[in-house]
Amino acid sequence: MTDATASGVPAGKHTSGSLLEQNPRTKRRNAAEARFKMYGMAAVGIGLVFLVLLLVAIVRNGVPAYTQTFLSLPIELKAEALDKNGNRDLDDIRKVSTFGYNPLLDEALLRVVADNGIESDYSGADLRKMISSSAAAQVRDYVLTHPADIGETVEFRVLASSRVDGYLKGRVVREDLERDKNLDAAHLDIIDVLRDEGVVSRTFNWAFIFGADASESRPEQAGIGVSMLGSLFMMIVVLLLSLPIGVAASIYLEEFAPKNRWTDLIEVNISNLAAVPSIVFGILGLAVFIQFMHLPQSAPLVGGLVLTLMTLPTIIISTRASLKSVPPSIRDAALGVGASKMQSVFHHVLPLAMPGILTGTIIGLAQALGETAPLLLIGMVGYIASNYPDGVASGFLDPNSAMPAQIYEWAKRADPAYYERAWGGIIILLLFLMTMNIIAVILRRRFERRW
Amino acid sequence: MPATWIFLIVLALAAIGYVLGRGRALASAGGDSRHLHSLPSYYGANAALLAMVPALLVLVIWLFAQPLVIQNRVEHLVPETSYETEGELSLVMSDVRRIAEGLDLAVERGALSADEASDIRVEFTDIRERLGSVGVALGSDVQAPMLAAAKAWREMNATGNLIRSIAVVLVALGGFGLGLMRAEKDFRARNSVEKVIKGLLILAASLAILTTLGIVLSLLFNTIEFFRLYPALDFFFGTTWAPSFGGGSELGILPLLWGTFYISLIALAVAVPIGLFAAVYLSEYASPAVRSFAKPMIEVLAGIPTIVYGLFALLTVGPLLFQAFGPGTLGWMGGGRAVMTAGLVMGIMLIPFVSSLSDDIINAVPQAMRDGSLGLGATKSETVKQVVLPAALPGIVGAILLAASRAIGETMIVVLGAGAAARLSLNPFEAMTTVTAKIVSQLTGDADFASPEALVAFALGMTLFVITLGLNIFALWIVRKYREQYE
Repeated sequence: MTDATASGVPAGKHTSGSLLEQNPRTKRRNAAEARFKMYGMAAVGIGLVFLVLLLVAIVRNGVPAYTQTFLSLPIELKAEALDKNGNRDLDDIRKVSTFGYNPLLDEALLRVVADNGIESDYSGADLRKMISSSAAAQVRDYVLTHPADIGETVEFRVLASSRVDGYLKGRVVREDLERDKNLDAAHLDIIDVLRDEGVVSRTFNWAFIFGADASESRPEQAGIGVSMLGSLFMMIVVLLLSLPIGVAASIYLEEFAPKNRWTDLIEVNISNLAAVPSIVFGILGLAVFIQFMHLPQSAPLVGGLVLTLMTLPTIIISTRASLKSVPPSIRDAALGVGASKMQSVFHHVLPLAMPGILTGTIIGLAQALGETAPLLLIGMVGYIASNYPDGVASGFLDPNSAMPAQIYEWAKRADPAYYERAWGGIIILLLFLMTMNIIAVILRRRFERRW
Repeated sequence: MPATWIFLIVLALAAIGYVLGRGRALASAGGDSRHLHSLPSYYGANAALLAMVPALLVLVIWLFAQPLVIQNRVEHLVPETSYETEGELSLVMSDVRRIAEGLDLAVERGALSADEASDIRVEFTDIRERLGSVGVALGSDVQAPMLAAAKAWREMNATGNLIRSIAVVLVALGGFGLGLMRAEKDFRARNSVEKVIKGLLILAASLAILTTLGIVLSLLFNTIEFFRLYPALDFFFGTTWAPSFGGGSELGILPLLWGTFYISLIALAVAVPIGLFAAVYLSEYASPAVRSFAKPMIEVLAGIPTIVYGLFALLTVGPLLFQAFGPGTLGWMGGGRAVMTAGLVMGIMLIPFVSSLSDDIINAVPQAMRDGSLGLGATKSETVKQVVLPAALPGIVGAILLAASRAIGETMIVVLGAGAAARLSLNPFEAMTTVTAKIVSQLTGDADFASPEALVAFALGMTLFVITLGLNIFALWIVRKYREQYE
C-alpha cells in the first residue's frame, strides 16, 4: 500500500508542490508506516506460530501413547507348576508367586519363536526381555480367577516391553540399544519377524486412559485413570466450596457492603490474592492443612482445599461482574412491591446473574484443574497412584495423584518411554479443559441476557 | 462421638426446628398467615438457623482448639531430657501422637481391648509390634515417658471429645428452644433471618482476609524459625546455594534471585515486544474478521496449563536449542535445560498476558485523540507511536509489571526447563535455578520440617510473596495514578 500513490514520476526529481508526487520524506514516512504494520503482523503471526508449534508438539508426541504393542502368546498353564497338589485349591494356587510363572512365559516365548521359524540362541529368560514384566502378574491373575483352566493352553495378549513398543513406534532405533541392557538389537530382528507373522500387534490402549500408574520400570503399563479420579475428587471439593463461598462473598461486596475500611481491605485482599503465585498457595496448604491441622498428605481433599483458596478470587471477580450487569430497575421493582433487600437479591438478581456466575465458575475450575505447583508441595507427586479408591470417603482422603501432578511425575522419570505418556496425558488434560471452556462459552451465548 | 455424627444431629435438630417453628407461628396466628409479621417459612428458618449456626460454630472452633490445647498440655509431660531443640520436641510430639492414634486404631480393630489400651505398659508389651499389626508403623521402640504422654493424650482427647459432643448438642438445643419460643405471630422473623444470612455473607467475604492472613502467618512463623537456625544476613547476601541435609549447608538466596530475574528478563524480552506489537496491530490495524480470529487464538495460549509449557520446554525447546547451540555447533550449551529454554517458553506463555492487557488499555484511549493526530497529517504508525502509546503508557507499564510478577512466580516451567544448579553466571545457555524451583525441591520428599534445609523454603516463599506483592501493588498504583488524565 506504500506505493499506492506512486505514479510514473521519475525518482529524484524534486519538483515542488504536486500531490501526485511523493517527496523523499513522505516516502520515508510511508515506508515506516508499512514497516510498523508489518511488525504488528509479524507479532501476531509469531504468536499464532507458537500456538501451532505447541499443539503440533503435543499431538505428535502424545498420540503414540494411545496405542500399545501386545504379543499374542499361547501359554500352557502347567498343572505341575501352578498347582502341585492337584486339588485346585485357591490357597495353594495363590502360594505360587509371579516368579513361578516366569518359566511358563519362557516356554511360550521359545515356542512362538521356534514356530515362526526364527533361528535364535536366546534362552527363555533373554526372550522375556521383549515382554513387559507385568505379564507374569497378568497370567497369575487370570489363573486365580479361572482355576479350572489350569492344564489348558490359553491365548494371552501380554504387553510388549516399553523398548519393543518404542521400536514399533519409531522412538527406539537399533543404535540406541547398544548400551541398553534391557534389550538387544537381535531382539528387534525377532520382533520384525513376529510382527510380519501377526504375533506382535499394536492396538488402541484403553489401559492408558483408565489404568493406574505403574512403577518406574514398567512404563508400558502406566495409565492416567486413577489420577483422573483424583482430579475429579479435587474438583468436587473446589466446586462445593468455591461456588457458595464465592457467590456469598460477591453478593455481600456488590449488594450490601457499606463503603468503609473493612470493605476496602477485603477488596484489596481479593485483588492481591488473584495475583499471588500459585506456589505460595501450596506453601499455605502445607503449613496450615498438613502441618497445623494434620490432614492426610497427598489427599485430594487437601488439594481441593488449596485449589479452592486459589480459585476463589477468580470466581469472586467474575461473579461480581455478572451481578453488576443486572440492571438496578430489577432491584427497584422488587423493593417496590415490598420485598426486602435480601429477597430482591436472592429471588431476582441472583437467578438473573446465574449464567454469568456459572461461566465464571467453570473457567475457575478449568484453571484449578490444570494447576500443578501447589500440588507438588502437599505431596501429590512422588506417590505412585496404583490403586483405585475404594469408595467416596477413600476418594477424598486416601493418597492419590492428580492429572497435572501425574504428568509432572512422568516427565521426571528417567525412561523416555514415560515422556510419551506425559504428552498423552496432556492431550487428555487439554481435552477436559477445552470441553469446560466450550461449555462456558455455550452457557454465555445461550443464557446470558443483554440488558 | 465422632464429629460427623454431631454434625448430623445438629442438622436433624435444625430440620425439626424448621417444621415446628413454622407450625407454631401459624398456630399462634390461628392458622391464617395474613396475621403473621413474616412469611411462615421465615419462622421455620429462624428456628433452624438458631439451632444450627451457633452449634456448628462451636463445633468448628472446638475442632481447631482441642488439638492445640492438648498438644500444649502433653508437651509438659515429655521429660526435658529427651529433647534439646524445638525441632526435636516436635518430632517427639509427633511420635506421641502416632502412638496415641495407633492405640485408638488398635482398639477399634479389636487388636487390644479398651482396658488393655489404657493399662498398657512398656515393660510387658512390645507396643511397636502390636501397633505394627494394625498398620501403624513407629520409627523406634516406645519409651515409658512417651507412652505416658500418649496415654495422657488419649485420655484428654476422650474427655475433650465427650465435652465437645455435650457442648455442641446443648448449644443446638438452646438455639432450637429459643427459635421455637420466638415463633409467635408478632415476632419479626424475616429481619432476624436476614441478619443471620448477612452475617454469613460477611463471613464468606472475610475469607479473603483470612487467606491472606494464613499465607502471611504460615510464611512468617516458619521464616522466623528458619532465621533462628540460620543467620538472616547469610541468607540474604550469601552467594552460594549448597543445601546438604546432613548439616553445614550454605543457603544464600542471591544465586536463586539472579536465576529468577535472568529468566524473567528473557521471558519479558520475548513477551513484551511480541505482545505489544500484536496488541497494537489487533486494535489499530486488523480488520474485524482478523481480530475476531487472532485474538481468541492468542488467548488460547493463556489457557494452557503451565505444566504443558514445562513439558514443552523440557522435551521440545530444550533439545532444539541444544542442537542449535550445543557442543555440536557453537558449544555454548551443556544441556537442554538452561535459562534460555525456560525464558523462551515463559515468554510464549506471557504473550497473551501482555497482549490482552495492553489491548484493553489501547482501546480505552479516546478515539478523539487518534482523530486529532490523523487530522494533522500524521500517519497511522506515527499516531500510534506519538499519541496512543504515550497515552496508554501507564497502563502498559502496569501490564508489563504484572507480567513480570507472573514470570517471577512461575514454577512449573522453571522446575522442568531451567535446571537445578544454582549459579551466578551471565551465560544464558547455562542451567540456573530459581526461587520457586528451590521451594519445590526443598519441600518435596521426606524432609523433616524442623531442619533449616526445609525451613529455608518458607523464607524463599516469603521473599517471593513480598516481591510479587510489591510488583502488583506498584503496578496498580501506576495505573491508578496516571489513568485519569486521558479519560
